[in-house]
Amino acid sequence: MTQSSTTAARQAASPGTSVPGTAARAPGNARAFPGKRAAWLLAAVVVLAVLAGASLGVGARGLPLGTVWDALTLFDPANGDHAVVHARIPRTVLGLLAGGALGLAGAAMQGVARNPLADPGIMGVNAGAALAVVTGIYVFGVGSLSGYIWFAFIGAAVAAVVVYCIASLGRDGATPVKLALAGAALNAGLYSLMSVILVSSQDTLDKFRFWQVGGIAGRDWSVVLAGLPFLAAGAVIVLLTGRILNSLALGDDIARGLGQRVGLARGITALGIVLLCGSATAMAGPIAFVGLVIPHAVRFLTGPDYRWILPFSLVLAPVLLLGADIVGRVVLLPGEVPAGIMTALIGAPVFVWLVRRGKGAGL
Amino acid sequence: MTGQRRGRILLNRTAFLATGVVILFFVSVLLGSYTVTIPDFFTIVYNHLTGGPRIPGASFIVMENKLPRAVIGTMIGLAFGLAGALFQTMLRNPLASPDIIGISYGASAAAVVAIVIFGASGAVVSGAALVGALAVAGLIYAISSGGIRGGGRGNAAGNRLVLAGVGIAAALHAVVNFLMTRADIRTAADALVWLNGSLNSANWDRAGILFLALAVLLPAVGVIAGPLRILELGDDTAAGLGIRVNAARLALVIIAVTLAAVATAAAGPVSFVAFLAGPIARRFTGKASLPASALVGAVIVLAADFLAANLAPLVLDGTVLPVGVITGALGAPFLLWLLVTNNRKDA
Repeated sequence: MTQSSTTAARQAASPGTSVPGTAARAPGNARAFPGKRAAWLLAAVVVLAVLAGASLGVGARGLPLGTVWDALTLFDPANGDHAVVHARIPRTVLGLLAGGALGLAGAAMQGVARNPLADPGIMGVNAGAALAVVTGIYVFGVGSLSGYIWFAFIGAAVAAVVVYCIASLGRDGATPVKLALAGAALNAGLYSLMSVILVSSQDTLDKFRFWQVGGIAGRDWSVVLAGLPFLAAGAVIVLLTGRILNSLALGDDIARGLGQRVGLARGITALGIVLLCGSATAMAGPIAFVGLVIPHAVRFLTGPDYRWILPFSLVLAPVLLLGADIVGRVVLLPGEVPAGIMTALIGAPVFVWLVRRGKGAGL
Repeated sequence: MTGQRRGRILLNRTAFLATGVVILFFVSVLLGSYTVTIPDFFTIVYNHLTGGPRIPGASFIVMENKLPRAVIGTMIGLAFGLAGALFQTMLRNPLASPDIIGISYGASAAAVVAIVIFGASGAVVSGAALVGALAVAGLIYAISSGGIRGGGRGNAAGNRLVLAGVGIAAALHAVVNFLMTRADIRTAADALVWLNGSLNSANWDRAGILFLALAVLLPAVGVIAGPLRILELGDDTAAGLGIRVNAARLALVIIAVTLAAVATAAAGPVSFVAFLAGPIARRFTGKASLPASALVGAVIVLAADFLAANLAPLVLDGTVLPVGVITGALGAPFLLWLLVTNNRKDA
């Protein structure tokens, strides 16, 4: 089933566990040429830089890259085009940050849960954030994006912890189906509670429905700055856990045998994940499927080594989010489709494809 | 001997459930914010049928509001309960019910498209919901059936179905959310009530359509119940006993999906009724039973709607909640509890 002898050996070593590494047909030559992965990473960074430039230029008022460059280097306040470019900077930065956070969180979540289907959207994190935001609007009268951020953060964190705890009860741990179902159940329950508020208060619905779709448009610097410290802390924690995730992927028993303190390792990684998911959802609203799809795509390039999966996810997830945002700007002119919708439309077929390959049902 | 005793318990408890449905039906018609006495009720119905004199106020409230509401509530409860039990039995997975595996989301997305983009209301919305549910069911079946042929049987195939449904539901959810931002706020509020599953706009037209659908579907369930019991023994055994497994399964899927779809079309996706009815009926009667599941479904919907229509307005100054909000708020903890206890059993 697996082509790489490494992953085959791992599977033999830990029967009955689903090793995330097996989800990738690890190219055997990647190990032989370590420089190749670095080259891929560099290429990904270049793609991301180009896309960030495009994100400043594309939109209802399209501008060539030359103008974008001028606006950044020789800003002329009197020039309307330059003003448009500058107005698109917060959105682009936010796309980079939120995308990176979602990608990292998704990769780490899949590693720590040993579960190829872990994702903030599926795991009920977004619903938790949504209920907290609705409560914020209705009870405390919050009405701005920078006001939602704290509610979203707390809601997301609580929901992530609850879903993971429920799904990991029992000896077989957090299997894909249990995680997905615990997430779906929490989603449904939280949305019912939310509906109690939304049905009785049209004002709340009117504010909430625009946050609910998830997107990176219309945010200003205060949103970026409020989320940044948490995001940075989470990113540092998770980027340092590559080795931990690699040993956890072997199964708890072997990881313990290798001297890993499994519970502590899980706890630290989970803290990083909660910080990342919470800040991403707080900044950009609920965005599904980025955290799910990117790590799987990344494994095709890197193989099962989390020390490479994590940085690749960090770079490639913003490519998807910014790409989705750019496509959303032009696909329905003069209106815009929020990035959260575009990522769901791109991500759902990939999810279904994963399930069909049988990785999802690997129990 | 014990089998006989269990059969008698099943019969007694099913009769008990049926009595419960009747009592709840009359409670929701007679009691609540507007109380009607039993003689008045019969006078109103008799006069309505024979064209006799109407009681001012009471006639209108009973005939146009309370009675159709209770009738539709009973029928969608029966339909959801049956649909859920059929799915759960067929897939041998207590977690596989039409609302969990995303069929209801198909109905929701189609209905919101109809409401927001085409400005539809009433029967057109119901029709769209029906089409949407059937389309998504077909899609999920197609996605998961490739895997079934690939060797995964029973539980694995069921899990794949559940996961495919969860993925599709998430994408449809995004579509619904997007449409909500495109509508004006009043339309969005209407769509939201529908999305939660509500009996607030119950009327006799819908009741009539639903009744006709059930008049076809309920006998079909009776016919398919025999093969279903044999399918439960496992695909190989069933094939050995002369059941054409694939044909029987396809017929079951079609009947179960249509049941869920017509109920959703009549009142919106009332969450968790289909999912809860089967397990509750089994715990209550000690045996998996289709009639008991259907009756439990009706009990859940009638009781939840009574709460939504009569108690909620007292707490939320006047807002009549959609019935699905109550079933969702009560059903989610039950699903989580089921997950936890199932896990314990595995351990």
